[in-house]
Amino acid sequence: MSATRPLCFQDLILRLHQFWSEKGCAILQPYDTELGAGTLSPHTTLRALGPKPWAAAYVQPCRRPSDGRYGENPNRLQHYYQYQVLLKPTPEDSQQLLLDSYRAIGIDPELHDIRFVEDDWENPTIGAWGLGWEVWCDGMEVSQFTYFQQVGGIPTVMPSTELTYGLERLAMYVQGVENVYDLDFNGRGLTYGDVFLRAEQDYSRHNFELADTQMLLTHFNDAERESMRLSEAGVAQPAYDQCLKASHLFNLLDARGVISVSERASYIGRVRALAKAACDAWLAGEETSHG
Amino acid sequence: MAELFLELFSEEIPSGMQARAAEDLGSLLTKALDGLNPRDLRTFFGARRIAAVLNIDAEIPARSVSERGPREGAPEKALEGFTRKHGVTPADLTLENGFWVLNKSLDPVSAESRVSEAVPDLLWKFPWPKSMRWGAGSNFTWVRPLRRIACLLDGHVVPFPLARDGDDAHGLKASNLSEGHRFLAPGAFEILSASQWQDELETRSVIVDMDSRRDMVRTGVARLAEQHGITVVQDDGLVDEVCGLVEYPVPLLGKIDAAFMDLPAEVMQVSMRINQRYFALRNPDGKAAPYFAFIGNLPFKDGGKLTTAGNERVLRARFADARHFWDLDRKTKLADRVPALTVVTFHAKLGTQAERAERISKLAGTVAQAMGLDGVQIAQAEGAGLLAKADLTTGMVGEFPELQGVMGGYYAAHDGEDEAVSRAVAEHYLPRGQSDDTAKAPVSVAVALADRLDLLAGFFAIGELPSGSGDPYALRRAALGIIRTIRDNGLRLDLTALFAQAANGRTGDELAKLPDFMAERLRVQLRSEGERHDVLAAILTHGLDGDLVRLLARTSALSDMIQTEDGRNLLAAAKRAANILRIEDKKDGPHTGAPDPELYTQDEERALATGLDQAVPAIETALKEERFTDAMQAIATLRPTLDHFFEAVTVNAPEPEVRANRLKLLSRFRATTALIADFGQIEG
Repeated sequence: MSATRPLCFQDLILRLHQFWSEKGCAILQPYDTELGAGTLSPHTTLRALGPKPWAAAYVQPCRRPSDGRYGENPNRLQHYYQYQVLLKPTPEDSQQLLLDSYRAIGIDPELHDIRFVEDDWENPTIGAWGLGWEVWCDGMEVSQFTYFQQVGGIPTVMPSTELTYGLERLAMYVQGVENVYDLDFNGRGLTYGDVFLRAEQDYSRHNFELADTQMLLTHFNDAERESMRLSEAGVAQPAYDQCLKASHLFNLLDARGVISVSERASYIGRVRALAKAACDAWLAGEETSHG
Repeated sequence: MAELFLELFSEEIPSGMQARAAEDLGSLLTKALDGLNPRDLRTFFGARRIAAVLNIDAEIPARSVSERGPREGAPEKALEGFTRKHGVTPADLTLENGFWVLNKSLDPVSAESRVSEAVPDLLWKFPWPKSMRWGAGSNFTWVRPLRRIACLLDGHVVPFPLARDGDDAHGLKASNLSEGHRFLAPGAFEILSASQWQDELETRSVIVDMDSRRDMVRTGVARLAEQHGITVVQDDGLVDEVCGLVEYPVPLLGKIDAAFMDLPAEVMQVSMRINQRYFALRNPDGKAAPYFAFIGNLPFKDGGKLTTAGNERVLRARFADARHFWDLDRKTKLADRVPALTVVTFHAKLGTQAERAERISKLAGTVAQAMGLDGVQIAQAEGAGLLAKADLTTGMVGEFPELQGVMGGYYAAHDGEDEAVSRAVAEHYLPRGQSDDTAKAPVSVAVALADRLDLLAGFFAIGELPSGSGDPYALRRAALGIIRTIRDNGLRLDLTALFAQAANGRTGDELAKLPDFMAERLRVQLRSEGERHDVLAAILTHGLDGDLVRLLARTSALSDMIQTEDGRNLLAAAKRAANILRIEDKKDGPHTGAPDPELYTQDEERALATGLDQAVPAIETALKEERFTDAMQAIATLRPTLDHFFEAVTVNAPEPEVRANRLKLLSRFRATTALIADFGQIEG
């Protein structure tokens, strides 16, 4: 990393794709609905269930409406990228694989302080939890490492290793940049800010000021109803899509500040019920399918 | 004798679980190997391993045990069952003391055999607070994936598989292999003995002894600080935590960007500690120094230059985040945040934080008044009470809940609130724990007490009392906070009246238990300071005196008195009187009312009556004026008179009216001692 120019944002992604492709992962493309985290993609959530092995890697754009800072905060974004890897069953050398992937993007563990710091991961909206670590590089959390134990309220019969890289953070680290908008995007003068600053400003206004809360509420109720109906019909992934939509609508409502503390728990419970139903439908389908 | 060595090598164990796990490993091994006389136990723990070393006998010697069977003459069936259970015939049994007994001789069991049986069992049942499954199908769980088991008896592997009941347990089995530092010495090495293992680990950049790691951290950080003429903020919890994160601690020093040095010191410290596990440093004048110390996990090839730069950059990002909240929060006045508390639930049955702030405000005024503060201060207490919880809606407290109060204080000061008000907002959480100071500024004291009075009265009113083990709302701590604040400030308050105010018109059986709860906390506290339990029982026999200062003065006066000779004798006399009365009252009591002077037949009776006549008003006056030592003195002077009385007078006189009169006199004496305390509670 010393002599050569540090990786630009898109090359970092390409290197990770290359690395995980060589390790046997299917390289998938981003899922086409708003997600709060790479974990929520059906490529992770649904595939973590049941007894079938799976190995996939993909970039996932993530939306966290309340993290919008109008483009003014150097570290926080309401839209950012995660690099997500799911390995099922958990490989013996899961930790080593992650460290090798760091080497592949120019982080030398003998020069940097890589640490596995306890993190009991939990996502109550999809009834998932696992044990693992935040992985630190020189005091910065650059990845999340989770051994899934439960998804959709259902214990994982074959636990998987989930690796999530915060791509912007990692790129900022590799490039030695302190403001996310200064990231070198393509190695030819385009910055992250050139691509995303305007969107961050506009979405922050949308998330905090403009989004029509009455409409969001209606959409939430529609998505909830639809999701349940589809789960009952046994079409797992369409049902799960509606659950994801409900989850994102809830996040928007939350950012607009119209959900009180006591209501919050009830909304999370409603989304979790949808996730559980979709996961049940997925497992039921797995048992009857030929795959 | 043989040295047993057991190491469980895994992926990174949460720092906070390591010490307990090593302790559990030691005690479970000791218990499981009971027959082998386990001794000289040493345990080790670190980021990737827990281990135990102990000495055990080479074998459990041959023994005989006897099992008692059915009684002689018991039904045939019972005997049959007993012999079947043990796989013997009735001919193998002997008759002893009317019972059929089986005497079995057991063969010796080798240490190796016992260990290979006990250890897998122990590992399957190991009590991790949270454990996980991994791999393709085993149900063996561990805190994180377990990678190696090393088990040696005097240097030889004790072979056992972890597999059981068709579960392959990830193919794990005992070996003689361990691993050193993840990055500096990857790969396995052979263990020959516990001491060679420890040395070899050190060669391979793992300091496996926790005390050595602690020492490296403490002295290393102190040395770095000294080079810059600064000192480290002592934080034993943080030392322990980082020592569980690193296998080879290397202390390093980073610089804090000058642009952030105007952030409150508490904000910097909490952000560094919670988010980054960094140590805060102080200039000689006590102010925050522009450095932080952190602990790397290896001696870096470049002396730590790159990682220091990286850590500095991370901290800049953290502080930029903190600055964001600091700047944003100050744009809204604390006073303007109070309405926002209407959407913050305090407790479903106790309303919102806004309602609580109202209650605290009102109570703080009442307490301030009771403390004798002036009108300005009373208004300040009410104002601070209202603002006390407003910082819960700030971004900074949302990010770092441990800064509640502290931030409110800063923001109130920024808003230009009176110094006493902002200070009270900051200090009303004091004392936060056992070792924390109590509030001293009068307005802070009023709000601190009001906060806790409301908390206690509220939760008692809805029946949420602490149970034996559970105290989810920290009511014990709140009670102790009241006791300590009142004592430290020598406040003359009527707690009973204040509890009534805090009850706010609510009543109920549970609420009525509050004074007793306080009395119990006081008892526990004074006991821990070495006060005698019987003295406390004597003082608290009628429950809590609402004035704690008075109660404490009384306690110490009584404590002093019973250590004097007069006091001890008086006590003996009081007990004697009480005993006589208890027995005689059962026959034809109670014997109350004034004794009749006409019926005294002996001088000793008259002397005691006169003594009491003189002592009672003296005691009452002294008690009223809270001269407790004088009150004790007044009663103690009765001692010779009492001694003479008991020597010369037979209470149970043959003449019924003389006897009754003497009992009345004793009863009067008992009533006099009761003015002071319940002497019957005091031992010896």
